[in-house]
Amino acid sequence: MNKLEQLQKLNKFVNSKDYLNHKPLKLDIVLKKDKTIFYQSISQVFDDLKIQDGMTISFHHHLRNGDYVLNLVLEEIKRRNLKDIHLAPSAIFSIHEPLVELIKNGNIINISTSYMQGPVSDVIQDGYLKGLLLMHTHGGRARAIEQGDLNIDVAFLASPQVDKTGNGHGANGKSACGTLGYAISDLEYAKKVVLATDEIVEELKDYDFDNKFVDAVLEVDRIGNPSGIVSGTTKITRDPIGLLIAKNTATLLDEIGLIKPGFNMQTGAGGTSLAVAKFVKEIMILKNIEGHTAFGGITSFYVDMVKEGLFKNIYDVQCFDLESVKSYANNKNKTHFLMSASEYGNPYHKEVHVNSLDFVILGATEIDLNFNVNATTDSFGKIIGGSGGHSDTAHGAKVSVITANLLRSRIPIIKKEVTTITTPGEDIDILVTERGIAINPKRKDLIKQLKNSKLNILTIEELYNLAHQIAGVPNDLKIRDNKIIGGVIYRDGTLIDYLYQTIK
Amino acid sequence: MRRSLLFIPGNNPSMLRNADIFLADGIILDLEDAVSVSEKDAARDLVKSFLLSIKNYSSEIIIRINGFDTPFYLNDLEAVVSDKIDTIMLPKATIESTKALINELSKIEKKKNLKKKIAIIPIIELAISLIQVDEIAALDRVNGILLGAEDLTSDLEVKRTKEGTEIFYARSRVVVSCKAYQIDAIDTPFTDVNNDAGLLRDASFSKSLGMNAKSAIHPNQINIINEVYSPSEDEINWAKKVLLATEEAKKKNLGVFSLDGKMVDKPIISRAEKIIKKAIKFKLIEE
Repeated sequence: MNKLEQLQKLNKFVNSKDYLNHKPLKLDIVLKKDKTIFYQSISQVFDDLKIQDGMTISFHHHLRNGDYVLNLVLEEIKRRNLKDIHLAPSAIFSIHEPLVELIKNGNIINISTSYMQGPVSDVIQDGYLKGLLLMHTHGGRARAIEQGDLNIDVAFLASPQVDKTGNGHGANGKSACGTLGYAISDLEYAKKVVLATDEIVEELKDYDFDNKFVDAVLEVDRIGNPSGIVSGTTKITRDPIGLLIAKNTATLLDEIGLIKPGFNMQTGAGGTSLAVAKFVKEIMILKNIEGHTAFGGITSFYVDMVKEGLFKNIYDVQCFDLESVKSYANNKNKTHFLMSASEYGNPYHKEVHVNSLDFVILGATEIDLNFNVNATTDSFGKIIGGSGGHSDTAHGAKVSVITANLLRSRIPIIKKEVTTITTPGEDIDILVTERGIAINPKRKDLIKQLKNSKLNILTIEELYNLAHQIAGVPNDLKIRDNKIIGGVIYRDGTLIDYLYQTIK
Repeated sequence: MRRSLLFIPGNNPSMLRNADIFLADGIILDLEDAVSVSEKDAARDLVKSFLLSIKNYSSEIIIRINGFDTPFYLNDLEAVVSDKIDTIMLPKATIESTKALINELSKIEKKKNLKKKIAIIPIIELAISLIQVDEIAALDRVNGILLGAEDLTSDLEVKRTKEGTEIFYARSRVVVSCKAYQIDAIDTPFTDVNNDAGLLRDASFSKSLGMNAKSAIHPNQINIINEVYSPSEDEINWAKKVLLATEEAKKKNLGVFSLDGKMVDKPIISRAEKIIKKAIKFKLIEE
């Protein structure tokens, strides 16, 4: 079966609410059968767990670009020359470059993930992955694991501290990375679970990985370099265009009454997103408004807002910097809570947190006249990210806002059709650019509320034309030759778009 | 009538393209200090092309040309003077160089058959310019004067400080000359671009001396500058009240009258009129 045929077996995306028409199927969690065994040798782990050709192996990405665990496992796969492995890390970063060789050699033939950047995306883009690349959302990955679409044989989960009974924790330790939200479904549903750690302690009173799921603990020198978890975009931008967009976004949120007592928000890391948070904070202080919860990947900015009494608490699926790691260690379950990817964004999870968001601020590489958003590839079709929580939060939040420069260099971000659909336009409400704001015509309520706004509100077609007036109409480029490499999987498990090999 | 003028390097295409989005009252396309000698031709060509590409521009367009004593001066003028621009900014202005520019502009306008008369903002950044500032402010076409404190302090052999004590006299002197001829007194830029609090202090102080506007070297400075030099809500409300009372007084043929226990006469009325004029110009109130 070729790649297209495999993808065609998946259900096609219908609409973002279609999951409501389906029963929330859920597999049983997998408890360990025997006592947790401690290992010093990865080879022994592979032997004992009988890791072999064709298996699915998963990882979390909480150590982000400082992660050593995935590479450690790859080294053993290479040494044993295992073939046809399906790799399922929650995200892939530049540090995972050793994967390139294993893809080329056919050791790794399928990849399921939620976000990808760097050399691994390049080699997949060049057509070297023999099987499929499936790009999930964060909530969708948890759903896929819990419903059995993504059937994990062995999960290797980095755990900065593990106690002598096999409980694990991310808040403390020399490689502390904070919450471990993306790993919880792997922990509970993988057939076998291995915690990789570089710090064994006597007893953890408080832990996020319960040993009832843990089959093995692998002790290694280092599981990672925590300085690599800082995503590089945790500082508020000084870029004047980013600041202008951010300021207008905060003003807009205020005008539509979303900055109100007890509100919940998510902005993500990214310099412009954080700048929105900064301007929202200024409005909160000015109007003496206290919000309820900040969700998301968390940076020190939100930690400070909680300290200053501007939010009651934080629900954190992953820490983006070391200050938030520290906050999780000190304030766990008081003001700083772990949420699993499933609790965060799985459409079938009861009371999923994204549904309580009043607004979310998101990015885009492209947006089209129907408000469909691309956060997966650039305009040349190259994979530069992925949904992460994009589609989950856009669907759940009462108002979803895309902040983006109308022109990047000379490339307009508004297209007739996006190169790749990550998030469907029905879930995108507002686009804020440096030259104007467009509201999705479906949101008549917002259009009405903003009728007397001093902000420059245009239609998306007007913004599209404006970009072309300034930069000219871009030529249609032939960027791909229709060789399919994989698919974008919407949070409900349906196929929302194909991913293609690009022309060099 | 201006509050904020934003310097944009003439050799940076993306900054030129985005110059208008920050709501500066004027943008200064810089061919002088922001452009190295080896880039002068390229910047001039780029600015010329940029001018050809724009229409219905919302901000005043000012070009800072290279100085009268440089080999670039005439080429700059020849390239940029057109109906697309409003003003030429002249570095290291003196009486002689400003008069020479007036003549040159007249010639080019005639040759190119321009519909508009290009204005001039001389920069006072030499000790000699400061003692000539009264005469410069009185010249035709000059509708504002920019104090250039960086070069001036260098000429004065004093250290430039954040507090700005060393330019107190120069600021005051420029303000008095500008006010005498009813043109804009434009303050020197605040060069510490990441120090918003410092900018706010510096701009507020310069406003208290009588400056009407301030130049900016970074777009992030524009909001603060516009806020400082705009009439405040209280000022606008006061001015409205004065003008309404004036109408009433006119009906009763009163030259002087009292409002809230204070005497209102011609200078007060004139101040109120200026505030309202500014508020309308800067779209703070409707006409």
